[in-house]
Amino acid sequence: MSHPNKKRLRRSMMFLNCQKPGLIKDPYIYKPDSIMLDLEDAVAENQKDAARYSLYHALQEIDYHGVERVVRINGLDTPHWKEDIRVCVAGGADTIRIAKTESAQDVKTVEEHVLAAEKEFGRPEGSTLLMAALESCKGVLNAYEICRASDRLIGIALSGGDYTKDLQTTITGTGVELMGARQHMIMAARAAGVQCWDTVFTNLDDMEGFEKETQMIKLMGFDGKSLVNPRQIAIVHKIFTPAEKEIIFAEKVVREIDDKKAKGIGVFTVDGKMIDIAFYDGAKRTLAMAKAAGVYKGDL
Amino acid sequence: MEILKTAMAGTLESSDAQVTVEPGTDGIELTLESSVMHQYGKQIRAVVLETMERLGVENAKVTIFDKGALDCTLKARVECAVYRSNGITENLPWGGVIK
Repeated sequence: MSHPNKKRLRRSMMFLNCQKPGLIKDPYIYKPDSIMLDLEDAVAENQKDAARYSLYHALQEIDYHGVERVVRINGLDTPHWKEDIRVCVAGGADTIRIAKTESAQDVKTVEEHVLAAEKEFGRPEGSTLLMAALESCKGVLNAYEICRASDRLIGIALSGGDYTKDLQTTITGTGVELMGARQHMIMAARAAGVQCWDTVFTNLDDMEGFEKETQMIKLMGFDGKSLVNPRQIAIVHKIFTPAEKEIIFAEKVVREIDDKKAKGIGVFTVDGKMIDIAFYDGAKRTLAMAKAAGVYKGDL
Repeated sequence: MEILKTAMAGTLESSDAQVTVEPGTDGIELTLESSVMHQYGKQIRAVVLETMERLGVENAKVTIFDKGALDCTLKARVECAVYRSNGITENLPWGGVIK
C-alpha cells in the first residue's frame, strides 16, 4: 500500500542549513509545507559530523507543527551519505532528498540503505519517503526511470545551479536555459504519477522576478518550488492555492458533470464555457488542492 | 568513553554553544560562560553533565561558551566534541547513548 503522505501538499520546500542551530530551531513559524534540512552543500566539509548531531536532536526534540521534515543528504559520490541515511532514519525524518541523482540505480541504492536503517533503528519499514534532486543532464535525461525506481519516491526536484553548470551555461533569469529540463521533468513526473518541484530562485532583491517565475512554473504543471528564504513562502502559496472563483467554478463543473452524466448528456456549458468529461479530473484536482491548503471545506 | 585529545564543536553564533573537551583526571571539570547564565545556568550545567554521563565520560575538562543554545543544541555540541576527541564519525549509536 502506498504511503499516506506520498501525495501531500508540497507547494513550498524551504532549505535550512543544519550547521546553524538558529535556523533549524523554529522554521515552522513561517508555515512552509516542507522544510529541507540540509546536510549537503550548505554544510562545510569539516562540519558534516556536527550537522548530523544537530539534525538528530532537532528531529527528535523540536515540534515542527506538522511541517514535513525533508533532509537533503550528501551525494553518493561522497563519503558521507551512508551515515547521513542512518541519522535521518534514526531521527525519524519524513523524507530523504537524494542529491545529484543520475539513475534509477541511485534511488535503489539509497532505498536499500534506508531499509537497512529502518530495521536497525526499529522504524516501520517503508515509513521513510524519498525524493530525487536532478542536477545534471544525465539525471534529467533519466528522469522517467528515476521517477519509477521506488514506491517510496514522492517526486523529483530540479537543481538549477548544478544543472546549468553541467549544461555549460548559467542562470540568466529568463528561464531559457532551464526550459528543456523543466518541460522534460514535469512530463516524466506526471507519466510516473509522482510530484515535481522547481529549482530555487536565489536573487532575494528581485521579488518581482521570483513571482513571475513561480507563476510560470505553476502554469507548466509543477507542484511547488524549493525556497531559500521565508519571504518567498507567501508568494508561492498565493500562486499555488486556488482562488475562490476557481474553487466555485470547479465545484460547479464537478456537480454538473455528475448530474449530466446521469441524464445521458456528454457536453454542456457552465458559466458560458463548454464543459465535458475531460474537465472532470482537473476540477477535482483544484478542489483537492484547495482542501489540502485549507481554503475549501466542501464535500467534493 | 575517554577523552583522548582536545576537541571542539559549535560556534559563538546566537542560539549556539561552543564546547571544548580536554583530557582530565578529576571527574568532569565544567567551566561555563553563558549569555543567559542568570536564567538558565543551572539547566545548562545539568544538560551537559547528563550528556557526559550518558556518553560514559568520567574524566574531562569541559569549557562551554553558550550563546542561548536550546537543550537539543547543547547535547549535539557536547556529543560532537566527545566523539571528535575519539576520532569517531561513523556508525554512531543514534538512539542509543546519543539520544
